[in-house]
Amino acid sequence: MLELRVRKRFAGRPDSAPFSLELEFRAGASVTVLFGPSGAGKTLTLDSIAGFAVPDEGRILLDDEILFDAASGVNLPARARHCGYVFQNYALFPHMTLRQNLAFAAERRPRLERHRKVSEMLERFHLADAAGRRPHELSGGQKQRCSIARAVIGSPRLLLLDEPARGLDAPLRRELYDLLRQVRAEFSIPTILVTHDLEECFELGDEMLILREGRLVQSGPPRAIAERPANVEVARLLGIFNLLPADVVELNPQRNLSRLRVGGFDLAGPYFPGRFKGDRVWLCVRPDQLSAMARNGAPGANQVPAQLLRVVEMPDSARLEFAGEVRVQMPRAEYEKQKANKEWLVEFPQQSLRVL
Amino acid sequence: MAVDWFPLWLSLKVALIATALSLVIGLWLAYLLAHRRFRGMEILDAATALPLVLPPTVLGYYLLVLFGRQAGLGRLYEWVTGSPLVFTWQAAVVAAMFHAVPLLVIFARAAFESVDRNYERAARNLGASNWRVFWKVTLPLTRRSILAAAILAFARSLGDFGITIMIAGNIPGRTQTVAVAIYDAVESGNGALARTLVVIVSVVAVVILSLANRLVARHAS
Repeated sequence: MLELRVRKRFAGRPDSAPFSLELEFRAGASVTVLFGPSGAGKTLTLDSIAGFAVPDEGRILLDDEILFDAASGVNLPARARHCGYVFQNYALFPHMTLRQNLAFAAERRPRLERHRKVSEMLERFHLADAAGRRPHELSGGQKQRCSIARAVIGSPRLLLLDEPARGLDAPLRRELYDLLRQVRAEFSIPTILVTHDLEECFELGDEMLILREGRLVQSGPPRAIAERPANVEVARLLGIFNLLPADVVELNPQRNLSRLRVGGFDLAGPYFPGRFKGDRVWLCVRPDQLSAMARNGAPGANQVPAQLLRVVEMPDSARLEFAGEVRVQMPRAEYEKQKANKEWLVEFPQQSLRVL
Repeated sequence: MAVDWFPLWLSLKVALIATALSLVIGLWLAYLLAHRRFRGMEILDAATALPLVLPPTVLGYYLLVLFGRQAGLGRLYEWVTGSPLVFTWQAAVVAAMFHAVPLLVIFARAAFESVDRNYERAARNLGASNWRVFWKVTLPLTRRSILAAAILAFARSLGDFGITIMIAGNIPGRTQTVAVAIYDAVESGNGALARTLVVIVSVVAVVILSLANRLVARHAS
């Protein structure tokens, strides 16, 4: 279990705006994802845990051991923190062979055990054939496996991954996810993973912390966050929602009903606790929750006429982009049937509507 | 004409010892300047570059004042080694080091700073002490640049005249290095000896420089 509460300020310089990190969280899940746009303070957080950056205030505890405590002046050096760190570009020592890279990391183990452990890891990560090669002679996948093997060979108490999938092509990315799932199953080391890729959060994350401008904006299991973003900021960061400005014109708790006015149209929705009539809100609904159909005659309930601007056809689905920033995602087969529509209606299912 | 080879051998010996000692001091200073932030850093930085800009006679004068038989450092040296420093060949080593150390610091610092910090971070993260990070990661990654710098420092050490003549003097057969010997030969009208030594020194310098260049070029590719 990692417990962290840190503050760090950077004064603005001519080439950079002032930045401050103020963060508090506990991470006990097997994989905790730090998600956020660039400049949110994700890597700085990771570096503070690893001991590469020194916070101004706060404390960091790992399994009840103090790694850092500003108040009592404790700042354990990086080498004593036992946190495995997987760097963005792997940082494999270029002058050592793959085997030597692993041996360097196994130095903490007793001499007799060292050799056996290195060989075991080479087997486990399918690197035995490449053991004598230097990093520049390795494939991307081998480098990836070596960097992770190197990080876990010393049995760290925590594994830190800094955007491990950045810049990887799709097959290598798949390979990495499989590898990390395997590591999670076999080594059961609590892991903190930094990413700005939402797909990665769903692939690997048990818990997700959303960071923005040095602050935590929401935390929880990835699916729960995707279902219920805490506010419009989070919804924007996730980037998977239709966000439409709306006015609450009617609220009826008895019948669990509400009415929203969105761009000149009235939509019926569920009752929204904590909102008042006349509130200005954001209607938040995922593209796959909406449906689109041909316009024949007058629109039905919760159907709105819309002008189709663009269609993005993907292998298994199609994304229809309508005027007013409304996106609808539908299965490919469904789209094939609707393809010929001249005029469109977009339907907002009553119970899927949420406001932020 | 019989050439006295002593000055040449002395110069080589002096340069070799000076380079070895300068490597220790120079790499340490360079590492400090490249990796640590501490008070007085600017002063140290300026102090290491000073010998490059001061006239050698000025440096020689300072050293004479510091290491003279009546001065504190001079007495300390005499107490430790049992003989005075000034006007011995060891003084020529000290003189050469004042050329070698600044060169090494400048090149080694640039080399240390060019190492991707993540390699050193990774090493520390894997439990390595600073000492081990230096020997196993930083130094191997910079060894070509540092070897090239050491060769240049060696070449520079061969040629000192100003400081050497101030603190080691010109005692034939004892402290007369090749640079001093050439000056001496010209002064005493022995043109043939001067020419011979000049040619030899030039050839040695060219060989050393081409060696250093080749090392750096291979490093860059």
